[in-house]
Amino acid sequence: MLVLALDTSTPAVTAGLVRDGVTVAERVETDARKHGELLMPAVQAVCAEAGVALRELDAVVVGAGPGPFTGLRVGMVTAAALGDALGIPVHGVCSLDAIAAAVVADGPLTGNLLVVTDARRREVYWAAYEAEGARLSGPTVESPDALRERLPGLRLVAAAGTMADGFGLPVHEATPSPAGLVAVAPLHSAPGPLEPLYLRRPDAVPPGERKRVAR
Amino acid sequence: MTIVLGIETSCDETGVGIVRMPDSGVPELLANEIASSVEEHARFGGVVPEVASRAHLQAMVPAVHRALTTAGLTGRDVDAVAVTAGPGLAGALLVGVAAAKAYAAAWDVPLYGVNHLAAHVAVDTVQHGPLPPALALLVSGGHSSILAVPDLAGPVTPLGSTIDDAAGEAFDKVARLLGLPFPGGPWIDKAAREGDRNAIRFPRGLTGPRDAKHDFSFSGLKTAVARYVESLDGDVPVADVAASFQEAVTDVLTLKAVRAAQEFGMDTVLLGGGVAANSRLREMAEERCTAAGLTLRVPRPGLCTDNGAMVAALGAHLVHTGAQPSDLGIPANSSMPVTDVLV
Repeated sequence: MLVLALDTSTPAVTAGLVRDGVTVAERVETDARKHGELLMPAVQAVCAEAGVALRELDAVVVGAGPGPFTGLRVGMVTAAALGDALGIPVHGVCSLDAIAAAVVADGPLTGNLLVVTDARRREVYWAAYEAEGARLSGPTVESPDALRERLPGLRLVAAAGTMADGFGLPVHEATPSPAGLVAVAPLHSAPGPLEPLYLRRPDAVPPGERKRVAR
Repeated sequence: MTIVLGIETSCDETGVGIVRMPDSGVPELLANEIASSVEEHARFGGVVPEVASRAHLQAMVPAVHRALTTAGLTGRDVDAVAVTAGPGLAGALLVGVAAAKAYAAAWDVPLYGVNHLAAHVAVDTVQHGPLPPALALLVSGGHSSILAVPDLAGPVTPLGSTIDDAAGEAFDKVARLLGLPFPGGPWIDKAAREGDRNAIRFPRGLTGPRDAKHDFSFSGLKTAVARYVESLDGDVPVADVAASFQEAVTDVLTLKAVRAAQEFGMDTVLLGGGVAANSRLREMAEERCTAAGLTLRVPRPGLCTDNGAMVAALGAHLVHTGAQPSDLGIPANSSMPVTDVLV
């Protein structure tokens, strides 16, 4: 089974081809402001490197966040459109789960894992995982200080993700990898609706009373 | 013969249109599907970019489906994909541009990243046929521009634009002042029908002898309306204010468009953008163009507001003239200059 895996939930723009669980080509380029420019050329590059055409794909897996919204949507809509045009299923997965899966695949942990990424506005997205990779808690968005207060209860032995530093834990893998994304996708079930994990409402407020122009 | 699918997401409408371009060079409209998030913005009194972007993501693939179904086609029939690359809301544009790249790559067809304003002009050809060199007046919630368009697929010359609010923005703000819903255009238009357009003499911005000839300003007009309404201390004659405000906007728009057409030797004036749906603007433009011996062209309202057919139409003209397709690394450009018809 040939799967295209995409993730734009962090500053890394990731595209990879995974055949039967093995990564055959991968591109990771990091520029938080260029997801839209970098993603499709990366998809084309991995296809060229692996010598496959898009129509040979069997499925698309995409990181559904949480992540900064504008970049996140690039991966989501690209996956949705590719899946639609090619007539293949698109699986949205939690991007933090993909990071955890890659860490766990590297070797067993002796305790729980924290995955933390940048939510901007001095907040982080985080989730906690058991040693085998099952999610215990999250995904949540809050301040690093609020997260720190929860640490004693989470029995953590390691951290991963772009904001993993600063929690006093050994640090692993930073961004979602193609293999990690595919590992957490339910490839043999029908995909659910493709919903981004925004975790925040749009910060717009209805206007109050109009101010007078004349005094 | 070429089938072009066009995607538009520069503001709050997710538009997907499909046109067929025969060898004659006059595009034929096959589908024009629109999903609007306007109701989600109403309580905020204006378009909220993040709300619009979220709606585009949800609406994108279903809109492509509906357009293909309406046209009686499948993706395999599409020969090119065109998309609004700018100008517009950055996050909103990005959804359409990313989707267009994916469809173009998956269908293995060329991509054309086009200019939103030029597309507003090009759409008229699906209704009225070939467009001679024209003076375009484009007025919407985001734009108020006078453009010289010698050739649809060629460079456009911007002659003037608003220096503050767009015309449609002024309609929204005045509507709010009068207690009318968002978006304000249709409500002002409706209220104005019962009012006296000469009841209040509101200012005509930038019409003095030393003002920029082809530029617009609607901010002072909006303030003048606010001052007038406040001076009444309740009991506002909504219909008269709406009619008088609308008269001031359309007076300036049509005066400047006709003058620019004459100055640049254009025989045709093209009116486009969401505000072109305004009945008084259409009426006054017709009167003044006729009086000046100019031909007025206005697409029907559904083609004036933002839509995917206009993008498909411009894409079709670009394909027809052999323009170089865009590469899949093009950015969405929120401030794309109108001189760039294609990225």
